[in-house]
Amino acid sequence: MSTTHEKDTTPRDGLRVVDKAQYGQAAFLAVVGGYVVYDATTLSDGFADQPVQPYAFPYVVGSVLIVLAVMLAIATARGDVPVAEEGEDVDLTQPSDWPTVLKLVAVFLANILLIDWLGWAITGALLFVGTAYVLGSRTLIRDVAVGVALSVGTWYGFYSGLGLAIPAGILDGVL
Amino acid sequence: MDSLDLLLGGFQQALTIENLFYAILGVFLGTAVGVLPGIGPAMTLALLLPITYSVGPDSALIMFAGIYYGGMYGGSTTSILLNTPGESSSVVTAIEGNKMAKKGRAAQALATAAIGSFVAGTIGTLLLVLFAPSVAGQVVKLGNPSNFALILLALFAVTAVLGTSRLRGFIALFLGLTIGLVGGQTGQARLTFGNPLLADGIDIVVVAVAIFAIGEALWVAAHLRRRPLDIIPVGQPWMSREDWGRSWKPWLRGTAFGFPFGALPAGGAEIPTFLSYVTERKLSKHSDEFGKGAIEGVAGPEAANNASAAGTLVPLLAIGLPTTATAAIMLLAIQSYGIETGPQLFDTEPDLVWALLASLFIGNTLLLLLNLPLAPLWAKLLQIPRPYLYAGILFFASLGAYSVSFQPFDLAILLVIGLLGLAMRRFGLPVLPLIIGVILGPKLEEQLTTSLQISSGDISTLWSEPVAVIVYAFIALALVLIVGNGLRTPKPVEPADDKEEVSA
Repeated sequence: MSTTHEKDTTPRDGLRVVDKAQYGQAAFLAVVGGYVVYDATTLSDGFADQPVQPYAFPYVVGSVLIVLAVMLAIATARGDVPVAEEGEDVDLTQPSDWPTVLKLVAVFLANILLIDWLGWAITGALLFVGTAYVLGSRTLIRDVAVGVALSVGTWYGFYSGLGLAIPAGILDGVL
Repeated sequence: MDSLDLLLGGFQQALTIENLFYAILGVFLGTAVGVLPGIGPAMTLALLLPITYSVGPDSALIMFAGIYYGGMYGGSTTSILLNTPGESSSVVTAIEGNKMAKKGRAAQALATAAIGSFVAGTIGTLLLVLFAPSVAGQVVKLGNPSNFALILLALFAVTAVLGTSRLRGFIALFLGLTIGLVGGQTGQARLTFGNPLLADGIDIVVVAVAIFAIGEALWVAAHLRRRPLDIIPVGQPWMSREDWGRSWKPWLRGTAFGFPFGALPAGGAEIPTFLSYVTERKLSKHSDEFGKGAIEGVAGPEAANNASAAGTLVPLLAIGLPTTATAAIMLLAIQSYGIETGPQLFDTEPDLVWALLASLFIGNTLLLLLNLPLAPLWAKLLQIPRPYLYAGILFFASLGAYSVSFQPFDLAILLVIGLLGLAMRRFGLPVLPLIIGVILGPKLEEQLTTSLQISSGDISTLWSEPVAVIVYAFIALALVLIVGNGLRTPKPVEPADDKEEVSA
């Protein structure tokens, strides 16, 4: 398959740019592929009327992933760099702001851990306020008002509009 | 004619007060999200999938169809008023559209885009009504081996023909196939890590929301533009007699490019919009205006874009194969009602399909009526505070995933796959092959199993049907071409050329 000729990756001064993070991506693919193959070996034969064994597809998918990982590593070494996705609000001229992403993930994790206990009406609001804050909003009172309106509003919207009772958590009986 | 009766029946169903309400809601939402940066029709449909738990299938699909067409309209507004198009399908529109806007002709650019979209959408939907039932009638006769081959073709085409890097396309595809393996559908738990919550596989709704919404929001967060965008103010869209004269032929030619490409398994809107742009530049009497804001360069590609959106519905409704991200989510919506998608859809659910087709005409007309007067309002949407926009996306994405089964575990899956979505955007992996792989991977295995069960294990059954043989020959030919191309041209010349043409 054609890989390296897709993009002209050698800059004008002749120096090769190697995106080292892509080796990490290749390693990730190899690990996933390896695990898929390993998992397939733990499966036993299917039923007598099952012409395609349960492990057949995993073997194929896993091995192809490993091959793709190798190809990606080779392409990377040859100077193949990815074209990151653009968008209206995406400014690729600035370096990536990974701390912001980590903070968002932390807020998200808090939602996962608290949702059973506090319920969506509370954690949803926390999620909105937290992520808006991380993304640079500094109008806390308005953020909380919007967040609470959204989470309580969606709770009642799901309850009366869609007939789905989202677990209320700590507010059980209050809502 | 038979189809005409069925279509009239569809109109009757689609024009009830309730369904009309959902159609209007759909085109409104669709246009709004098309205009909103960072959020496209596929993400919107993914976020709205919980609706299908309680709204009837006809109403939900009518609304989704409105969002689908509305998103195309909204996307063109953004690319004309901002120089950064949100969807790949409106990249070409931005070339001339934004130049027109800068010359003070934003109103005319929006008008030719809107009216061209209406013309193309209407003709495209008409062609869809003509072709889809007969295609379905043929496909329904095919056996499992042919269906297996067709799914293989769809996977291959979406991966190898679209996008800039085939290696990355295949990586995305096989990651998707891996996600599709999870679960116990074959009788044994695969890739479940012994977790009973994974025994039924990963819900595709969660995968779609994670990849489209979480991945996108995190990616934007990592690169959030700190400078404000310059948005060109716009008044009421209108066109002069001369603009009409210069627009109507590009509309029709754009439609002719767009529909067939949309209907092909490797469709998409990128190729036809680009072809339309190049053609109009060649044919125009005002070719000197190209690059400085030629109206033909907006009219043609916009029509191609919308006609291809209609064309995409041919494989979706007639074969059950999605070829774009938005179509993939629509397929999920249909399946979430327990409706089996595929060529038999026209026979088993005629009311639903024809109401959907009728609603496409209605939605298209509503879009024209609503959007010409509302353009200045939509332009204001571009100024929404970004923290609220992306916090809102994360909020509704979490709600959507949580509402699948009210398990925090689903939110954890959402985060993990969302991080995968972030990494994919960082490493330039296309999203479409992954989502198509998740959806079609299990179907591929199912068709293979059924084929071999019928033939009692004789593998030659796979090439026992003429359609299957043709499809395999086609895939083989494409592979030969790809490998040949890859080996013969070690140094790239074309990409640079394309850039020249685009910025010329």
